[in-house]
Amino acid sequence: MVDQPEVASATLDALPPAAASSEPEPESILMLRKVSVSFSGKLAVRDVTFDVPEKRVTALIGPSGSGKTTLLRALNRLHDTVSSARVTGSVLLNGTDIYGGALHPTLLRSRVGMVFQRPNPFPAMSIYDNVVSGLRFNGVRKKSLLDEAAESALIAAALWESVRNRMTARAGVLSGGEQQRLCIARSLAVEPEVLLMDEPTSALDPQATRRIEELIDELSDRVTMVIVTHNMQQASRVSHRCAFMLMGDDRAGELIEVGPTDQIFGSPTDQRTSDYVQGRFG
Amino acid sequence: MLGAAVVIFLALLLGLAADLVYQAAPAFAHFGFAFVTGTQWNPVTTSYGALPFIVGTLETTAIAMMIAIPIGLGTALSLAYLLPKRLRLVLGTAVELLAAVPSVIYGLWGLLVVAPWSRTIIEPVIGFIFGHSGPASGPEIGIGLLLAGIILAVMVLPTMVAISRDVLMAVPSEQIEGALALGATRWQTLWRVVVPHARTGILGAVTLSIGRAFGETMAVAMIIGNTPSLAHSLFSPAATMASIIANQFTEAVEPFELQSLIAIAVLLLVMSLLVNVAARLLVRSVGRTHVSAA
Repeated sequence: MVDQPEVASATLDALPPAAASSEPEPESILMLRKVSVSFSGKLAVRDVTFDVPEKRVTALIGPSGSGKTTLLRALNRLHDTVSSARVTGSVLLNGTDIYGGALHPTLLRSRVGMVFQRPNPFPAMSIYDNVVSGLRFNGVRKKSLLDEAAESALIAAALWESVRNRMTARAGVLSGGEQQRLCIARSLAVEPEVLLMDEPTSALDPQATRRIEELIDELSDRVTMVIVTHNMQQASRVSHRCAFMLMGDDRAGELIEVGPTDQIFGSPTDQRTSDYVQGRFG
Repeated sequence: MLGAAVVIFLALLLGLAADLVYQAAPAFAHFGFAFVTGTQWNPVTTSYGALPFIVGTLETTAIAMMIAIPIGLGTALSLAYLLPKRLRLVLGTAVELLAAVPSVIYGLWGLLVVAPWSRTIIEPVIGFIFGHSGPASGPEIGIGLLLAGIILAVMVLPTMVAISRDVLMAVPSEQIEGALALGATRWQTLWRVVVPHARTGILGAVTLSIGRAFGETMAVAMIIGNTPSLAHSLFSPAATMASIIANQFTEAVEPFELQSLIAIAVLLLVMSLLVNVAARLLVRSVGRTHVSAA
């Protein structure tokens, strides 16, 4: 658990970004400062400010439409591909604003990986080629390096034993859960500092879900994770911290409360958080 | 009602094929398999061999594909992902309109506009590169195999571009995002993820284009030079299966001449049907995987 003092989001809102970046808290790898996302001028996420502690699992929870996924995709600049999307505010990765122009999006994305709702291995590639695809995108050519990275990423994703003898098979031969672990391995091979996960188990059966959750737990001492989930039990099982989001009156998502998972589920400060985690709505 | 329509169309197709085979039978019976392998086409000596036309058809089609595949794929990628939205619409419509140009107009354009370029620029440059030997030997007269291939390439581009663009755009966005999220550049995403994902459909587009190039008659007949012998150079005048039929059937009065032309038609029909069935199977299999993935 994280033992840094809790600061209400309203207080942080008032902090000028300069003050925040000049004194980065050592444990925070990502700092969101008044992050807003809009599509065609319509606000989807408003003024979200919170910190993501290093080598911890932070869960984004909240009902559908509260902007969790939209916020997550702002953290690796995936909204860049949508011409109508606009992101304001700043996201500091180890103190560098990812929207500041100093960090190229492709470099950013090799440092901040992402796992998607539905497993999306590249079907035209073999299992091996899938795992090393990120390294190849980043210019790694040496076979020994690729082999080494593939093995260690697959071991980390708990997939090595089941695929080591069929590395040249197409990724499509794997089950859904295995495909998702392959996608996690693919992301890990690039050795990202942060791994974003967008409802990574929503397309999986309970057995495969449990294995992914175990995997998240095992990985949490080597990589920082931010996970979007609809599933309250999942959030309470895998995360150290929770950020609760809710759709405002104008249909834009807002951060209601952020804190240690125990506190969010045990004694939340906001009535709306309490209602949500106790299942009264959403 | 619908059943009747299907029966009528099937009957038409089978009747057409049966009639062609029936009329070509004397030539097949007389010449045997030598009809396919023979290289002479001489009404005076009653020797008819289809090989120059089969080879001419394959060669013009191959030249057309070598030109059309890179240009078509590049255009399709641009239309699907690279150009600004407004330009995509304008350019996409323009490419599709190319398909509406009657082939006789492509023939005229080829003969009157492109043939002079071919004689003065394209053929001399290729001749220079290959040292005026091998496939680039012989007189550079403008018309011939190469010009036919170039015009065919232009003619198949609309098919190639329209289908390739559609299958490229059908690549799920999660594939593109998956690549970007690993730090791929836009270029890497397109060439290593999007194009491989769409490869079956692109192959279908190429196969359909091959079918179109096989059967194209009018434009080719106007620009290929109509010489019924095996071409030994890109610059040689030649003939294709379709062009020899169009050029000679009105004057086919010698024994076995008309039957031999119809025999070529049978061969062409078989080749075209096979290629088109293959193309449709490829394009359809893409449609299916897309639906099942969605």
